[in-house]
Amino acid sequence: MESDIEILSEADASMRKLRIFGIDDREDENGRRRIKDVEVYVPIVCGSIAFYLGKKATEYRTHKWTVYVRGATNEDLGVVIKRVIFHLHPSFNNPTRVVDAPPFALSECGWGEFKIDITVFFHTDVCEKKLELSHVLKLNPENAYGPIPKSIKIPVVAESYNEVVFPDPFESFVARVHNHPAIQISNIPDGLNLPPPGVADTYYLMEKGDTKEHPLSPWFLKFSEVEELFKLTAARQKVQADIAKLKRQLIMVDGQPEGLESSSGYEC
Amino acid sequence: MGGTDAKDILGLPKTPLSLTQEKKSRPQKESHRKPDGISREVYALTGGVAPLMPSIDLKRRPPADEKVAWKWLSFTNSARKDDLQLYHWVRVVNDVPPTGDYSFAKYNKSVDILKYTDEEYENHLTDPVWTKEETDQLFEFCQNFDLRFVVIADRFPVSRTVEELKDRYYSVNRALLRARAQSPADVANHPLMKEPYDITRDRERKRALSMVLSQSRHQEKKDAEILAEAKRITEMRLAARRAEEPDVSANENAGLDKADGVVPGRSVSPTSNSQLPATAVAPSTLTMADYASTLASLRMLHVYLRTYGLEQMVQAASSAVGLRTIKRVEQTLQDLGVNLKPKVPTKTVCDEHLELRKEILTLLNLQKQLQYKESEGSSHREGSYAAMPDTPKDRVFASDPFSFGAERPIKKDQKRKGPGRQADTPSPAHKRPRKLKASDL
Repeated sequence: MESDIEILSEADASMRKLRIFGIDDREDENGRRRIKDVEVYVPIVCGSIAFYLGKKATEYRTHKWTVYVRGATNEDLGVVIKRVIFHLHPSFNNPTRVVDAPPFALSECGWGEFKIDITVFFHTDVCEKKLELSHVLKLNPENAYGPIPKSIKIPVVAESYNEVVFPDPFESFVARVHNHPAIQISNIPDGLNLPPPGVADTYYLMEKGDTKEHPLSPWFLKFSEVEELFKLTAARQKVQADIAKLKRQLIMVDGQPEGLESSSGYEC
Repeated sequence: MGGTDAKDILGLPKTPLSLTQEKKSRPQKESHRKPDGISREVYALTGGVAPLMPSIDLKRRPPADEKVAWKWLSFTNSARKDDLQLYHWVRVVNDVPPTGDYSFAKYNKSVDILKYTDEEYENHLTDPVWTKEETDQLFEFCQNFDLRFVVIADRFPVSRTVEELKDRYYSVNRALLRARAQSPADVANHPLMKEPYDITRDRERKRALSMVLSQSRHQEKKDAEILAEAKRITEMRLAARRAEEPDVSANENAGLDKADGVVPGRSVSPTSNSQLPATAVAPSTLTMADYASTLASLRMLHVYLRTYGLEQMVQAASSAVGLRTIKRVEQTLQDLGVNLKPKVPTKTVCDEHLELRKEILTLLNLQKQLQYKESEGSSHREGSYAAMPDTPKDRVFASDPFSFGAERPIKKDQKRKGPGRQADTPSPAHKRPRKLKASDL
């Protein structure tokens, strides 16, 4: 029994423990093997673009909007995503809209802002589980100070950046995508022997897939980590400096426990 | 506030705000519970709260018409087997001596031990390991020593363990009950029949207890960590499994059961084990386990959003701290110009963000430590006030006999704080009852 218990000092230890408990999910039922401690991640942007219809607007159709999931640098997400389902407000006909091919976008006309639930399905060789996201549709333009007048030419764009992370990815998956521009892989060891690449469920390569030429692409926002990273690094440096200062102070206080009483007038 | 007045007069610096607020509430509670019959200060000696047992009512005086005398009389004790007559002082009222048995005789309780006849022994009670003489002796000892098996085991001529003695005694009793009962149903409700003594279970229980007792600190910590970790992993996995589609792999099921099976088997009393060490374990070790299990559970998901992953890790980091600390971390982040949730959550940004949060937690912890150490120094003086809930600070100057007493605690403190002055400093609670000595003045 003693051998069952190990000291937990890192995430690795917990994986060891999982194996001790009998779970080795490195191999799934189909005998596919996973690469441990490697992460495949896909930078995506989830967003919406809405155009005010102006003169052509009716009471219930004031805006034409498109909600989408795109690669952060407009690469083809069809390499990992098989299907995206957009769950619209129940007031829409057939509120469950399924998109089976890239670009994973959906256009509609409406008047209201609401939260759109998005379910993403991946190719079987990538991941068997689905991923849930959500996005709030924005129709009314505003800036930092409040609402601004609507314009027909300039759409309202709401986008948020995220990354889809596949921990311990399948070897066949990595083999298939490791050179694709949409895919990032971290911690990949050198000289890894990969098996023959898996096959995506649907293969839309370069047909409708290339979103770089998408009509809405001029409006897409650019996301860069530089500014945020800069702030974070600066913050960390400051905090580390403060920590060092406090540690020095603590050492000083410990050195004289009665230091504060030396000023008392009583001597016995 | 009386405390500050005293300090004013004596020329000491005032207490920090938090301490005064603490002390304010306590004296208020004390003042409206003064009992009658004993003086305030004497009452305060008992801790300033109502006693568990009713105290003697000193106001009640014996009626004036009674004539009380004390006589040296003999008495008998029904608890004794002989007829020894001893003497003691007796309170005689109106020349009538008190009646009744010796007042302590009622405390002479003993256990009713069943007695069996030889015939009964032959029929029901024979045992391969026990002879009749041994069994007889066992029962005699049980009678004499009131079923104190430890004592019996010690004096038993043949060396037997406590569990063996208990086993024999209880099995004999059970057999006797069964034999003497009219029908099995009669005895079915007897405690001995409903819960029979199980010698193996008893042995196992004692072994486990001694194991727990003899565990080192280190072992306790390890166990607590592992149990916390295992609990989290099973919980996370349960949550992940609930989110999954119905086709759960057999591996995971088996793993989950094994996890449940392995952990409790490791130590017989896991709950009691984890109660105590949980408080003793340093927060940092628990957080490491939290991170590990959070990462493990994220892996189990097979796919997740970076923002979700960051949220989980931030939660793990905050799990060991209170809400106030979490708010302070967020305030610090804002002060540093950092978004509470990164706008561009790339891998690097999220890693840095998490590290920053951890560092801020460390910083806040250090700040608290420093604060504590600094107030500890000044609170040595205040400690005598804070630790004495019974000190009627606002009355110190009103009641003359204790005006010197006010001085004493201060002096005592000065003595205590000087390095190496007094080796045997009494604790603050004992200051009050000490009589005034000439040397103090």
